[in-house]
Amino acid sequence: MTIEDLRERAGEERERQGKWKRRILYCSAAGCVSCGSKETAESLKQSLKTGGMDTEVEVVGTGCMGLCGEGPLVKVHPDDVLYERVDTSAANAIVTSHMMRGEIVSDHLVDQTVPFFASQVKVVLENCGRINAESLDEYLAAGGYEALGKALGEMQPGEIIDEVRKSGLRGRGGAGYSTGLKWGIVQKAESDQKYVVCNADEGDPGAFMDRSVLEGDPHRILEGMVIAGYAVGAQQGYIYIRAEYPLAIERLRLAIKQAERNGLLGNKILDSNFSFRIDLRIGAGAFVCGEETALMRSIQGRRGRPKPRPPYPSERGLWEKPTLLNNVETFANIAPIIRNGSAWFAAIGTPKSTGTKVFALAGKIRNTGLIEVPMGIPLRTIIFDIGGGTTEGTEFKAAQTGGPSGGCIPSAHLDLPVDYESLAGIGSIMGSGGLIVMDSTSNMVDVAKYFMDFCVDESCGKCVPCRVGTAHIAGLLGKIVNKKATAEDIGLLEELCMMVKATSLCGLGQSAPNPVLSTLRFFRTEYEELLQPVEGFVPTNGERQETERPWP
Amino acid sequence: MANPPTVQSPAHPSGDNRFKLLDRAITKHHGRGDALIEVLHAAQEIFGFLEDDLMIYVARALKRPLSQVYGVATFYHFFRLKPNGEHVFVLCMGTACYVKGAAAIQDAVEHRCGAKFGETTEDNKVSLISARCVGSCGLAPVAVLDNAVAGKLTTESAVGKVDAWKRSGEEVAV
Repeated sequence: MTIEDLRERAGEERERQGKWKRRILYCSAAGCVSCGSKETAESLKQSLKTGGMDTEVEVVGTGCMGLCGEGPLVKVHPDDVLYERVDTSAANAIVTSHMMRGEIVSDHLVDQTVPFFASQVKVVLENCGRINAESLDEYLAAGGYEALGKALGEMQPGEIIDEVRKSGLRGRGGAGYSTGLKWGIVQKAESDQKYVVCNADEGDPGAFMDRSVLEGDPHRILEGMVIAGYAVGAQQGYIYIRAEYPLAIERLRLAIKQAERNGLLGNKILDSNFSFRIDLRIGAGAFVCGEETALMRSIQGRRGRPKPRPPYPSERGLWEKPTLLNNVETFANIAPIIRNGSAWFAAIGTPKSTGTKVFALAGKIRNTGLIEVPMGIPLRTIIFDIGGGTTEGTEFKAAQTGGPSGGCIPSAHLDLPVDYESLAGIGSIMGSGGLIVMDSTSNMVDVAKYFMDFCVDESCGKCVPCRVGTAHIAGLLGKIVNKKATAEDIGLLEELCMMVKATSLCGLGQSAPNPVLSTLRFFRTEYEELLQPVEGFVPTNGERQETERPWP
Repeated sequence: MANPPTVQSPAHPSGDNRFKLLDRAITKHHGRGDALIEVLHAAQEIFGFLEDDLMIYVARALKRPLSQVYGVATFYHFFRLKPNGEHVFVLCMGTACYVKGAAAIQDAVEHRCGAKFGETTEDNKVSLISARCVGSCGLAPVAVLDNAVAGKLTTESAVGKVDAWKRSGEEVAV
């Protein structure tokens, strides 16, 4: 298949879609499916058939539409009307009133002019909730694989890497290393075999961005990986995905099959001389496997135990060969960058953190769901405008980013712009994009203990600071929660946190104390309230200043 | 790499035909040792859990030491070395669920079942498993009840489900 064939197919698909009077899109991502969106779709189809409209209106399942807390969601094209909480009876109402008489069902209507929709900028999620994730044709009709055609047909590998570098794209897994630089290192490494790996082991509890992208737009990831393979000179790619995401695995398998059948994967892609294969590797529930060296061990069928770096994977990775390892969201950004040019991408966001970031809003927030915002947007906008503030009018206390590796951001820092440097500056991290909101009912010591227990469970046990240190930190936190600790224990806790942070082998251990340190920094009074009274001890009030000493 | 495995005997000595399915999965990966996790996934899907015999079988087929197979099977949370009860209650303990009260549900369910999470009740009716995050955070707190996701749980609805299971074993919606 050539790029002209692809464009022809895309044109045919657009024509086919244009023939329908209306198209009803229903969300078939995991969140809405668990609210019963499949039943909704069935009754939509049934009512259309009864009303004799099944030749005029098409019902299509798509990826995540964003407002996950109000599912099942249904969108009507070309009217651009969005309905929430569409159960089977609402589905009937939509058919009898909207489809037949053109009257919008106001009970379930979502106002799309509110900030939740208006403040978002969609790059990664541009197709999510708009196309049928199981149809290659629909992806093509939305401009899919155009970037691959351009890359293979008009660009040299070096030019692609230059574009990615100039776009300023940084790793979306959390650390924020320049993607272009990483690609350049892998390209320059000399080897007979190189690999491209996509990290889809979204382990942070409370994060579901990667899952939504994979479920809603799987071809985008494949396209990004093939372009990456061409740019760095690899012929084999792996997607390492969590076993907990069966729907995403199913859709990826289907997408790989479709791409292989249509000459978009395999030998001589788009009639060029470039060949690339992608295999899936299913994880088995180990948080540490999100760490790159552990992930590669796991792909090789071993226990996911990290290795010291350097050598970095870009020099010696899978089977000791140079390996390019990027996150799902990073790969999802590649096709738009190649298609629209690096200048277009660099214009979004801030000069140092370009582009957009997908966040999963959850916790005590009114609008839970998936959002995409330009980098540098104030946290306040995300939580109060887009998220609609806390539930039931309780007081906002903190936002947690970065999961067990990140920290809490208190209300005093709500005007912080969301970019890599600003978040790191107050002891949190961008992380992969989970954003959990806590209100006045959440106890921060309890939250810190929750994350530490998680790390104790997930420590692989290879290095002592992480294996033993996290257990002791959890023990101390337990002592505090049970009101048996003294002020001395807090000092010990801090010291232990510093030690684990400074001496652990991999990212899991190095970042495990972050939630404790961050809550100690901003919510120290909550710890102190739980202490045993000791003579001569003067509790501090509010945020402690002297913790501003540099963290190693 | 390595040649395909040499274990394609017509039937397993035990007469268990499920081994044929497992052989097929092994052949699909050309008997390569680095496909160990994939093969264990297949084995668990076919047999429900990883018995010692099964791990020995996989080790031989992939020409890997049993210690490595056992090491991998015990390292990853997803692999089970014991069979599940009739019903499986997977409670999500992700951050969003935790903030929305998953711990209270955990306590209530444990109390009602007389078993901790990670265990199966004595009558073998219900297995309690806690998950890191099932990724349906919009619906927190969430549990997966016999493979069906149930969102916006309360302690009452969770305990109610367990009661229904303990009474009959019939499917009852929450």
